[in-house]
Amino acid sequence: MGRYTARRLLQMLPVFIGTTFLIFALVFAIPGDPIRALAGDRPISPSTVATLREEYNLDDPLVVQYGKYMAGLVQGDFGKDYNGREVVDIMAHRFPVTIRLALVAFIFEILIGLVAGVVAALRRRSYLDTLVLVTTTAIVSIPTFVLGFTLQLLLGVKLGWFPIAGISQGWYSYLLPGFVLGALSLAYVARLTRTSLVENLRADYVRTATSKGLSRKRVVGRHALRNSLIPVVTYLGIDLGALMGGAIVTEGIFNLPGIGQQVFLSVRAQEGPVVVGIVTALVLVFIFANLAVDLLYGVLDPRIRYE
Amino acid sequence: MPATEMLPSSTPTTKRRPDHEGPLLEVEDLAVEFRTRDGVVHAVDGVSYHVDAGETLAILGESGSGKSVGAQAVMGLIDSPPGHITRGSIRYRGKDLLGLDEGARQRVRGRDIAMVFQDALSSLNPVFTVGDQIAEMYRVHEGASRADARRRAIDMMDRVHIPAATSRFDDYPHQFSGGMRQRIMIAMALSLGPDVLIADEPTTALDVTVQAQIMDLLAELQRESTMALVLITHDLGVVADVADRIAVMYAGRIVEHGPVIELYERPAHPYTQGLIDSIPRMDDDREELVPIAGAPPNLMKVPSGCSFHPRCPIARDECATDEPPLYAVWSGRESACHFWEEVVSSHD
Repeated sequence: MGRYTARRLLQMLPVFIGTTFLIFALVFAIPGDPIRALAGDRPISPSTVATLREEYNLDDPLVVQYGKYMAGLVQGDFGKDYNGREVVDIMAHRFPVTIRLALVAFIFEILIGLVAGVVAALRRRSYLDTLVLVTTTAIVSIPTFVLGFTLQLLLGVKLGWFPIAGISQGWYSYLLPGFVLGALSLAYVARLTRTSLVENLRADYVRTATSKGLSRKRVVGRHALRNSLIPVVTYLGIDLGALMGGAIVTEGIFNLPGIGQQVFLSVRAQEGPVVVGIVTALVLVFIFANLAVDLLYGVLDPRIRYE
Repeated sequence: MPATEMLPSSTPTTKRRPDHEGPLLEVEDLAVEFRTRDGVVHAVDGVSYHVDAGETLAILGESGSGKSVGAQAVMGLIDSPPGHITRGSIRYRGKDLLGLDEGARQRVRGRDIAMVFQDALSSLNPVFTVGDQIAEMYRVHEGASRADARRRAIDMMDRVHIPAATSRFDDYPHQFSGGMRQRIMIAMALSLGPDVLIADEPTTALDVTVQAQIMDLLAELQRESTMALVLITHDLGVVADVADRIAVMYAGRIVEHGPVIELYERPAHPYTQGLIDSIPRMDDDREELVPIAGAPPNLMKVPSGCSFHPRCPIARDECATDEPPLYAVWSGRESACHFWEEVVSSHD
């Protein structure tokens, strides 16, 4: 296991370098001059421009800029935005909001997704199974922004059950955005759980468990479900990373000051260092979530052993 | 020894029950069908047999003869739908299992009647250790403590001759060889000292040498108790040494039944005759083995009359129209062939 982990960590290196370089190149390929954008319509002296361009290495070739950025990064320096604020401080301010949002979405996925999947599998071809099938198909087909605005209008504006925007009401503010963010994965979790459980209920070892004189509850809950959850847990693990990075639309709709919203604002303001910094952090989250899932897989399924 | 006397090490005293009249397990006129989209499959169609304590009954038949479905019906493992038990009774100690509710049925499974399946790798749960799966029997059925269940599971693993049982308790099924896995299955099935063990092709997935070891083990475990063994197999060679009686199944019915040696020496049904002719023998001077012509019937369209008649070398016109009953050949022997006398006399 130790050697496997070490090898996986080494494999992350080219992935990390490749993805960050792509982001870096894309951000700097955005047309327009960030320093001019900073100044807006006001006149700006050529010497100020020169100083800023010098400070942010804007006159270096792309590869050199990237090298300097990475050199800072390995020392924990994410750089500064064009107003002189540390990117790390901006992220420290924004990340907690996104983490809370992702957690709420994640809990919805597990609670509703798993239960719906198990019920559908156990009551196969019943009206409940059909209900789950229809609902999840609908959720998968509706884009996040449509679902988000609809629920915001319906449950927030018309009925007034949930805050419409912002985070002024603590965790309660996260319920509706969390559901919207988790809805798509919730549908996948339900479908995945159903398929996996239906398949496992037909397995020979489930027949053995029944022949041992175990109760139906124990046969399903301990023997079939444990095996069925292996792919579901794998999906959930990877999804936790995706939830953190995929919250741009949801944070936009509900005006949550998380990193998604920050990325959006920074792209518009051509704040290259902020965009690169946040996306780099997200890349790290993704890579480590993947590693965690791979290692967890070996724990869940003893047939998989890492040499 | 009374029929209820079981192994002291694994049998709780509460299991003793008053003796009853008649056989330990008696299946009568059992019929199981599967209602599929393409039609109704008559997997088992009027099967009767019985087995007594300490006795071994082999149910012999090729794939699709209904032998496994019949066994699963006894255990209550038929998925419904699509499976339906349409008639018959399954009596254990005189009590009809088909009349019991699911809770009562569940108490019979594992404790009174246990089952061993063909493929031990897929029949054991891959994510739990083998020890855990055996110990589960003691924990669930007898409320044993974790330590006690572990100790007894290790005892059981010793009894089926798993080397270093204590250290292998925490291993997973995939870490065992095929033969050792089947021993684990047997240990699990026998953990509560059942009165009846149904072994469904227990050696089919194994190498020939390992097959013999497993059959020896089953015979040894049976000698230590008065357990009845129902051995389901397609392999005539496997049953010869261990079975007391054989019931030959064809297309969902029993076509011949009798003590093993008599049935081998003087089969009374052309199908049994064909099976025996198709096995190679040490003293054989034949150039080629004699196969049975044709293929087993589709159970959705079982031939009229005697279901074997399209493949039968001695079939006459009435075989296609009159369904043969199980004729009593002589005491303890039955054959579902109109012309059994002809078949028997051909051996003289």
